[in-house]
Amino acid sequence: MNMPVATRRWNWAPLFFVGPFLLIFGVFILWPMVSSLLLAFQQTFGPETTRWVGFKNFAYLVNDPRFWKAVSNTSIFTLGSLLIQLPVALGLALLLNRPKMVGRSWFRLIFFSPVLVGLPFVAILFSPIFEKRIGLLNVSLNMLTGGAWDPEFAWLQVYVMPALILAALWMYAGFNMIYFLAALQNVPKELTEAAEMDGCNAWQRFWHVTLPEIRPIAGFVTLLSIIGSFQIFELSLLLLNGTSGPSDRGLTIVMYLYQTGFIAGDLGYASAVGWVLAIFLMGIALIHRRLSRGQEED
Amino acid sequence: MKIRRLTQFVVYGVLLVYAAITLIPFAYLLCGALKTKFDFAATLFLPDGDGLFGIGWDRLSGANFKRLFLELGIGRAVWNSIFIASVHAVGATLLCAMAGYGLAKLRFWGRSAVFSLVLSALIIPAPLLLAPGYQLLYQLGLLDTYIGLILPGLAPAFGIFLFRQAMLTGVPSELVEAARLDGAGEIRIFFELALPLVRPMTGAFLLISFLSAWNNFVGPQIILQSPELHPLSVALNNLRGVYGTDYGLIMAGTLVSIAPVMALFLLLQKEFISGLTSGAVKG
Repeated sequence: MNMPVATRRWNWAPLFFVGPFLLIFGVFILWPMVSSLLLAFQQTFGPETTRWVGFKNFAYLVNDPRFWKAVSNTSIFTLGSLLIQLPVALGLALLLNRPKMVGRSWFRLIFFSPVLVGLPFVAILFSPIFEKRIGLLNVSLNMLTGGAWDPEFAWLQVYVMPALILAALWMYAGFNMIYFLAALQNVPKELTEAAEMDGCNAWQRFWHVTLPEIRPIAGFVTLLSIIGSFQIFELSLLLLNGTSGPSDRGLTIVMYLYQTGFIAGDLGYASAVGWVLAIFLMGIALIHRRLSRGQEED
Repeated sequence: MKIRRLTQFVVYGVLLVYAAITLIPFAYLLCGALKTKFDFAATLFLPDGDGLFGIGWDRLSGANFKRLFLELGIGRAVWNSIFIASVHAVGATLLCAMAGYGLAKLRFWGRSAVFSLVLSALIIPAPLLLAPGYQLLYQLGLLDTYIGLILPGLAPAFGIFLFRQAMLTGVPSELVEAARLDGAGEIRIFFELALPLVRPMTGAFLLISFLSAWNNFVGPQIILQSPELHPLSVALNNLRGVYGTDYGLIMAGTLVSIAPVMALFLLLQKEFISGLTSGAVKG
């Protein structure tokens, strides 16, 4: 064979470098994806026996009140997270981005630290914080309001979603702030200075100069928050001691997937739940792409 | 001038209040870990007493930690967590760096197809793979093993994305070509040229991977049945099932679980934050 030496020597390299990743990716991500699509059309009792049921799982899902309870809970959580967490994160970033801030890196470190705790441990740490009577939150609120706040306020029994929103706020606001801060530091100083010279006040400068500049990152962070919030599971599961809470008040979509798949043992129905969520999130990602393309054309 | 000073005052005030809100749960955790069950219910932070500042310093003790390690064997779970997270971090970083290098610097048939395939997996929500992944591990006989827990996580799609990006921007193709002309093999080029040039990404990705494995609960909860294999996340939650109301003990366990990660982060925080944001800012 008259192959050039160079080609012969390089031939194995792509397989060597990309092969191991692709093998694991194919076996443990791609293949389960395909089989979950198949599973979604089967009724399963334990991992061994399967029965084809066509669209029955999806048809059942549409009329399943627990599924809709999970969807409504998860939507409330996502909405609350977006509306509270992102403005807080952006606000903190704006404050830290002011010129000549003393202690900027200290504040940044402190605000970032909760995300290091990790979801399961945040849930475990917050379970006493949300306790009735002795819990940190109720006692503090009671003191701050001069006794007006009911120390028996039932965070984990009745107001589960607000509790989850608060815990997620504590955990993720500083993390999202890092992204906003990085984006703000890339905004050319000349732009805001020019606007200031033209007599724009702080609000006008933010709305007309800074915000358009950081829109790509803001959009990206919003997308990640939506996708992450819709997959909320461990926080709720562990705060509620492995249950979905009284009257399913803490039931989320992924928790429902987990319960049907691993507690009731119907992996097929669980896969149907998973695909409905996946298709919904892909739709959100497509909308985001459309919107961010539109921005570039502006 | 006066307004400027007032604004500055308000800005620092807001930042300090939010910093306090962020730190208070940590203080709560730390105090709680040193208190008995009784004192935990009686006081928020430090117990009352007749010591310095009216605080019962003598009521604080390391008894919870002693119980955790000597009676309840939490040390085993600490080592399990360290082992799982380290193997996961090193393995995932190596595989992603190699694949990222391959996709950025080697020319081969199907390269862009491979990249788009992997990218499309970025929007697949992980929970979707729970059920079929469990079934697959069952069929492979890998349930209740560390291989079954670690192997599926070694090919995260965002890892290949980050490393391909880092290799494209951080490793000049001329350098690679020059090394090839000098007769260096691809493996040597990767380890001695490319990998050192993307060091910040490697450091950040090692940390991110370590963190994600350390904080994984659902994976080990589903895959590992034997208690002696459990990492801290699962072990601590099981402990809660038995000693649910003994918050002092649970807080001590939480502290044991998060302290190693916190220490690691403090040591490497510069690399971590710069690596974390580099992908986002360029995008």
